[in-house]
Amino acid sequence: MIQLTIDGRPVSVAEGSTVLEACDAAGVHVPTLCDSPDLVPYGACRFCIVKIEGARGLPTSCTTPAAEGMEVTTDDAEIRQVRTMTAQLLLADHPQDCLTCSSNGSCGLQDITAELGITERILRPMERDARRDESNPTFTFDHSKCILCGICVRTCREVQGLGAIDLVRRGYDTAVQPFGEVPIRESVCESCGECVERCPTGALAPRGFLPPEREVSSVCPYCGTGCLITLGTRGDRIVSARGDRSSPVAQGRLCVKGRFGAFEFVNHPDRLTSPLIREGEGFREAGWDEALSLVARKLDGARGDAFGGLASAKVTNEDNYVFQKFTRAVMGTNNVDHCARLCHSSTVAGLARSFGSGAMTNTVGDLGEADAILVTGSNTTESHPIIGLEIRKAVERGTKLLVFDPRRISLTRRAAVWGRQLSGTDVVWINGLMHVILRDGLHDQAFIDERTEGFEALREAVAAYSPERVEEIAGIPAADIERAARIYGEAERAAIVYSMGITQHTTGVDAVRSLANLAMLTGNIGRRGTGVNPLRGQNNVQGACDLGALPNVFPGYQQVADDEARAKFEAAWGVELPADPGLTVTEMVWAALEGNIRALYIMGENPMVSDPDTTHVEEALRKVDFLVVQDLFLTETARLADVVLPATSYAERDGCYTNTERLVQLTEPVIGPVGSARRDWEILCEVSTRLGYEMEYESTEAISDEIRSLTPSYAGISYDRLRAGENLHWPCPDETHPGTPILHSEQFARGKGAFHPVEYRAPDETAGGDYPLTLTTGRVLAHFHSLSMTGRSSGLLGLEPECFVEISESDAAGLKVEDGEYVQVSTRRGAVEAKARVGSRVPGGTIFMPFHYGDQPANRLTNPAVDPDAKIPEYKVCGARIEKISEERIAAPRG
Amino acid sequence: MAKRTEAGLPVLRMRPVPKGRTLEIDALEEVRSLLGEAPRRRDLLIEHLHRIQDHYGHLSDRHLLALAREMGLTAAEIYEVATFYHHFDVVKDGADPSARLTIRVCDSIACEMAGAAGLLDTLRERLGEGVRVMAAPCIGRCDSAPAVFVGNQVVEEATVESVEGFVADEKTAAWAPDFRRLDAYREVGGYSAFRQCASGELAVDAVIDTVRESGLKGMGGAGFPAARKWGFVRTEPKPRALVVNTDEGEPGTFKDRSILEDDPHQMLEGALIAAWAVEADTIFIYVRDEYLGCLSALGAAIDELHGDPPADLPEIVLRRGAGAYICGEETALIESLEGKRGEPRLRPPFPAQSGVFGMPTLVHNVETLYWVPEILEKGAEWFAGTGKDGHPGQRFFSVSGRVEKPGVYLAPNGVTVRELIDHYAGGMLDGHEFYAYLPGGASGGVLPASKGDIPLDFGGELAELGCFVGSGAIVVLSDADRARDAALNVMRFFAHESCGKCTPCRVGTAKSVTLMERDEWDGALLHELGEAMEDASICGLGQAAPNVVRRAMEHFPEEFDV
Repeated sequence: MIQLTIDGRPVSVAEGSTVLEACDAAGVHVPTLCDSPDLVPYGACRFCIVKIEGARGLPTSCTTPAAEGMEVTTDDAEIRQVRTMTAQLLLADHPQDCLTCSSNGSCGLQDITAELGITERILRPMERDARRDESNPTFTFDHSKCILCGICVRTCREVQGLGAIDLVRRGYDTAVQPFGEVPIRESVCESCGECVERCPTGALAPRGFLPPEREVSSVCPYCGTGCLITLGTRGDRIVSARGDRSSPVAQGRLCVKGRFGAFEFVNHPDRLTSPLIREGEGFREAGWDEALSLVARKLDGARGDAFGGLASAKVTNEDNYVFQKFTRAVMGTNNVDHCARLCHSSTVAGLARSFGSGAMTNTVGDLGEADAILVTGSNTTESHPIIGLEIRKAVERGTKLLVFDPRRISLTRRAAVWGRQLSGTDVVWINGLMHVILRDGLHDQAFIDERTEGFEALREAVAAYSPERVEEIAGIPAADIERAARIYGEAERAAIVYSMGITQHTTGVDAVRSLANLAMLTGNIGRRGTGVNPLRGQNNVQGACDLGALPNVFPGYQQVADDEARAKFEAAWGVELPADPGLTVTEMVWAALEGNIRALYIMGENPMVSDPDTTHVEEALRKVDFLVVQDLFLTETARLADVVLPATSYAERDGCYTNTERLVQLTEPVIGPVGSARRDWEILCEVSTRLGYEMEYESTEAISDEIRSLTPSYAGISYDRLRAGENLHWPCPDETHPGTPILHSEQFARGKGAFHPVEYRAPDETAGGDYPLTLTTGRVLAHFHSLSMTGRSSGLLGLEPECFVEISESDAAGLKVEDGEYVQVSTRRGAVEAKARVGSRVPGGTIFMPFHYGDQPANRLTNPAVDPDAKIPEYKVCGARIEKISEERIAAPRG
Repeated sequence: MAKRTEAGLPVLRMRPVPKGRTLEIDALEEVRSLLGEAPRRRDLLIEHLHRIQDHYGHLSDRHLLALAREMGLTAAEIYEVATFYHHFDVVKDGADPSARLTIRVCDSIACEMAGAAGLLDTLRERLGEGVRVMAAPCIGRCDSAPAVFVGNQVVEEATVESVEGFVADEKTAAWAPDFRRLDAYREVGGYSAFRQCASGELAVDAVIDTVRESGLKGMGGAGFPAARKWGFVRTEPKPRALVVNTDEGEPGTFKDRSILEDDPHQMLEGALIAAWAVEADTIFIYVRDEYLGCLSALGAAIDELHGDPPADLPEIVLRRGAGAYICGEETALIESLEGKRGEPRLRPPFPAQSGVFGMPTLVHNVETLYWVPEILEKGAEWFAGTGKDGHPGQRFFSVSGRVEKPGVYLAPNGVTVRELIDHYAGGMLDGHEFYAYLPGGASGGVLPASKGDIPLDFGGELAELGCFVGSGAIVVLSDADRARDAALNVMRFFAHESCGKCTPCRVGTAKSVTLMERDEWDGALLHELGEAMEDASICGLGQAAPNVVRRAMEHFPEEFDV
């Protein structure tokens, strides 16, 4: 520690602290506009000048290291005069529209002006080329209010690792601009808004925010990263959002969806405020009692396997627990599933068999410790932006990045090797990597011997996958396979990160098991910076799986077919439970079409947009006798329902979410329920009770206590511990257990890790004949799932207002399609019109469409063929064609 | 009807745009072929930008984007650097590319006194299509004012006719100076001092002692004792580097150009000795882009040296600036060497601790190094004895303005401006009476003729008057001039050259110009503003910028009586 005095006050600070930090520690306020605690000191605004005994001039405290015995004076007449003149220089050209400025009351320049007692400007304004950039629908950039503190530029570079903006030109002409000084929206800016949040003036200002009266943090409702958002409220409305620096995963960072798109939908006029009961083609509003009684009456006639329930990856652990309990104990069937089927069921199935547990083995923060990271089938910077940041930062610190993706996603720019495989050939290149690793002796024999079984069969299987053969089938140059294998194989710590590009195939389980093979082969499991890390796509998809919203398992992955497990739940719930695993989402659709499922209960899901071959889905939903949908909005699915029940959003309820890395986070309500919306578990309890099964909980915590008593992996995760701020990753078997950030560290969950030889199988449907292109689908940064939330955020919708299809320059030239032109995309299942985005993102022969748009549904086109094991549909590959369409056909506005 | 979402929400009418720009394969190929086998390292960014600028006459977005891809940098990183330096013409795609020929008319103080403003106006009127005429900050030709660049060709004592002649004859290429070659330099004992050092005949401590005793100081302007700098750097861990600051941009200064165009080898020998003394593995020589003659002479001299090395040579890296006075500031120069915007670094750490690429770095001006071999050859006492009493040593003074023979003169430290005018520069120009002088270029203040007998050296009486000799650039004003005009000229120069990072300098210089353009100056405000700039600016540019203004108000009160 260093001892020094600030204005006569003694203070001690850590070695390496700046004088400004010492002032702060001494409780002495020093004005500054360009300092930000987690950015590299910049020393540009010059307000934090101080006097240091024995030192020349007026050094800036933010850049001067604190030293032993320093005597610092932070304020006197001379310092004040210099600060005042500096403020006058900034004020001279600054607009005087404080009353109408969105930063009024929270402006650094305003504060300093007041602090220095400045009452009038002494310098005349000069003309500056300072336009207002209104291009971005999530924030505005008023250059006339910019004081060039550089915080935005440094944030974009140092925090976001992006560098979309920079200081351009010099002297008085200096300005913050993106490349080419284009409107910010046309730049590579990802609209994360971190710079907006930190801007000390109104230069960068969010659209549609108001100063909040109070603030409460919650878990972001979008992807599975689990970032905490601090939501600001005025009365019963949410009016602002910012990152919560206490967030264990995000440390205050947010992406565009979390910052600009996570609250507008909550108070949106489209919110359902009372139950709806079908009346002919439409609905009528009804009271809760009437609606619930109707639901109970109808469901009573469809007990057993005639019933199917879809739980939700967007509601809490407690809600999901109650949902599966309702399905099993009240309706007497295991026909419960949710959209995890459509994203990571191949992970759950594959990893469970290889390792004994189907979850992410390591934490997000762990990635920074990897020497090599292999990212495949994950457009991380768009689908999991904060995890994308961790990867970017790791690369900046020297981690080698390997990317295997058919699309030129933004991470490819930072990749040491980018393998551009043909869609659906993942098993081939993964086997190829293992082939080289074994050939060159880069495998970890000790790990294989001690921790695994089945190695010889794997060795034999991969022998046939030489780099040359990989090049032939997967289209990745043999040399790149060699290089990638060496980087992964030689790394002391190598992590695998993957997502739906791997799982959403008819060979999804195979590919997942291949990745597991690769990690075990090199001993990259059970240590920091290693592991097999499936990134989960929704904020509680991990929790929904954990809590048994799956047809084959109770909470905690206890098999329904297991007599002992079933006996435990029967005893706890007081009923006899079915032993046969139920139907999956995809199977339920078929069962409904065949008339075997007569009633469906859908909680917070929108299969009409998210499931493959939606024409079939619609048929199935229309066919069932009774459809209940519990949601925030009248979604495409809800419109087909017999009864629609309004549920609370994430901001109106309490409960736990389990993020992608198995971290359990407790939230509290930010505002009261909108309209007469009720919590999901409350609604389910009401229905149960009406069906003769008394279900009542005093509180959400009471449900959690029941979960803990029945679910060993959650047993130690009490509300008390979570409220005390503990970060607990399951498994956490008792209340003294610290949680398990890294799985399989001593031994695998199943004992020995199981190698599983995998041979390449072609996708169910490949390009050819009338459908010469390969269609692949996915997400875009600004949107989430079926748009029911992001589509009600004007900022996000403004960023990506409509569906598009990415097409390569060569294919576009061949089809004479221009960038921005509407085209028709057809597959064997249907056709959708979308704007062509011509570029180099997809390779020749491949096209890409986002699946979010209900009115241009990419999933009308996708192939419902499923993986034989996990039943996950093959969203990522099917044959397609593109045709030009005439202007007239698209002239009529949609909707 | 406005487009609405399925929920009936109006969609903001915003054109869907692709994020970022699409890379053109053609542009990538063009950039690749220009760069050839050159490494794609970040520090070579400015060099690579020069290649594109030299070839195409401008920098287009498409080439910058391709360069970003090629170098693994973000497009914005390329753009911030390209737009920082004035010799790069960044042109938007689709916009008219810059002219085939650029004419730069120097408008700094000596040239302005010689009629640059009128010349600029007339040339702008008369030279039309394909020729771009622009004002430029000091190009280091104050001895032949007004000076003009036609492309890379210097036109001395330019007239409208002479410039038009160069344009018509398409004489636009840089000129290669006829310097003292290696043979000739060796004949007079050149490189023997370095050989003695390298062979161990001379010990490091002895050499440093000699330099210390000679009193040799930094000739770039700061006047810091050279030997002490060497001592600092030697205490820092290896690897270390030497940087030769050839970014002589101070208006009125042209002595380093004269040294290098005539005798690059003596400077190179000094650099080799300094590098040897501090055990630097690499010598970086950063040459301002206006000094293409020096660049050519240095390049040729280094080639000669490599062809017949007197001893083992460290790596010698020759780098070209791109039009930024601020890069004469040592830390801004280091940033520029690393391929970045020339923004001064915050101190600490000092370059001696962490300089170019984080290496402890010795930074010296050309002239400082130039004297080293001669000091070792002739001894410390010889050098110290060349000065006047109490002013050890000698230096090259750049004398310009209203004198009969402007030029570079070797004179003892402590010489007075009157002596320089009368004994060196051939007296005042006919019809001109000595009125005032700038003792240290644009930064060193201004004094009236009545103070013409003050010894010119670091510190002393000059400092007491708020002035300094700096790089030894003496600009002589006559009764045809006003100190306030000189002050405005230099303030415009500083406003043009401010890097823009810190508030006092960025806004302060610009505001000062507007205040000084008024007939009546607000003296109190200018003083107050000047004090804030001096106290709070990051680097010497902003700190020195108000110097001439404030001294003009102090020493020439009669000019402000309205």
